[in-house]
Amino acid sequence: MFNELANWLVVDVFNLDLSSRLGGAMHFFIYDTTKILFLLAVMIFAVSFIRSFFPPEKVKEWLEGRRKGVASVMAAVLGVLSPFCSCSTVPLFIGFVEAGIPLGITFTFLISSPIVNEISLVMLFSMFGWKVAMIYVLAGMTLAIVAGAIIGKLKMEKHVESYVYELAAAGQERIHIPDGGSKTFVEKIKAVFSREELKERTTFAARNVVETVRKIWVYLLSGIGIGALIHGYAPQDLLVKYAGEGNLFAVPIATILGVPLYSNAVGSLPIVEALMNKGVGAGTALAFMMAMTALSLPEMILLRKIIKPKLIGVFVGVVTTGIILIGYGFNAIL
Amino acid sequence: MNIKILGTGCKKCQELEKNTREVVADLQLEAEVEKVEEIKEIMKYKVMSTPALVIDGNLVSAGKLLTVNELKKMLS
Repeated sequence: MFNELANWLVVDVFNLDLSSRLGGAMHFFIYDTTKILFLLAVMIFAVSFIRSFFPPEKVKEWLEGRRKGVASVMAAVLGVLSPFCSCSTVPLFIGFVEAGIPLGITFTFLISSPIVNEISLVMLFSMFGWKVAMIYVLAGMTLAIVAGAIIGKLKMEKHVESYVYELAAAGQERIHIPDGGSKTFVEKIKAVFSREELKERTTFAARNVVETVRKIWVYLLSGIGIGALIHGYAPQDLLVKYAGEGNLFAVPIATILGVPLYSNAVGSLPIVEALMNKGVGAGTALAFMMAMTALSLPEMILLRKIIKPKLIGVFVGVVTTGIILIGYGFNAIL
Repeated sequence: MNIKILGTGCKKCQELEKNTREVVADLQLEAEVEKVEEIKEIMKYKVMSTPALVIDGNLVSAGKLLTVNELKKMLS
């Protein structure tokens, strides 16, 4: 359906040849934009609905006092379900410390959340199919768990700014957002399916669609725009030579290039897709995307408010290494 | 009435402040609207997601960009 729409617009409305460069780029742009916007709206709605059951305050409660292994897997899964706006990183981090959640587990959550979420899922699925999407999700979660475990093992608690602990220890009265805590399980289930609850969650989900699309459309269009340019104009033989699977250094270079850059899945994936069509290795392209979404300069500046440079260094080092390994892995199996 | 908007300065926080001021003006409330950006202050309210809204010392919402209509209901 989106393909037909793009064909019709390019051929009949703009009178362009599909095999021409401009026509090809236009077709890519229209096809991707309409398809992705549609999928995103559907998916964000569904995930936001689910997410309304997982506010960060709850996540914290669930993680409190769990055994390490269980907590770390849970943190990775909850990171996927409970994405947070990057400006909430600091309060979230302090909240976790306050709840006595180990540092490693906190990092697992912080890593998993930006790499794996509904947006990256939609984009990966629509571009590469469910297999790649599933492998990406598993790889992202594994990265979060392993990197968190390493950070936990290194005992870096003293590299967290001391005021974080002071705040956490201050022990003020807890203010809970009321959620009817004393209900029994059955009552809770009934409440979930009551009309008001459903209505509230649906509104929440619908509003999230609007908010997210409003926030990301610029990224989406510029990403698809750059992708379209690559699609129509980038020299294939050059890219294959330097970034194809034959070049062993392609993965680390792509990863390191991606680290300081900030983009979300929406902006980076159309570029990734176009690069892959031009013969860049799948692992190389996906490592580039992971590095862009997981690590960025603005995020490090935010983190600097709560943790000391050494821990930031370890965090970046461990995650970068992980992404490079995943890149090689993808190149080997895809 | 004292209204505090807690947020570290992201876009959503600014929009919540804008919406709140709009509603206060619309309803002609005698309210003092404050933006709290200092993280230590924010953490006093135990919020983990911003923007959050505090009315007369009570946390009423966290992690949500409230619309003008929702704010009207809360404030009137």
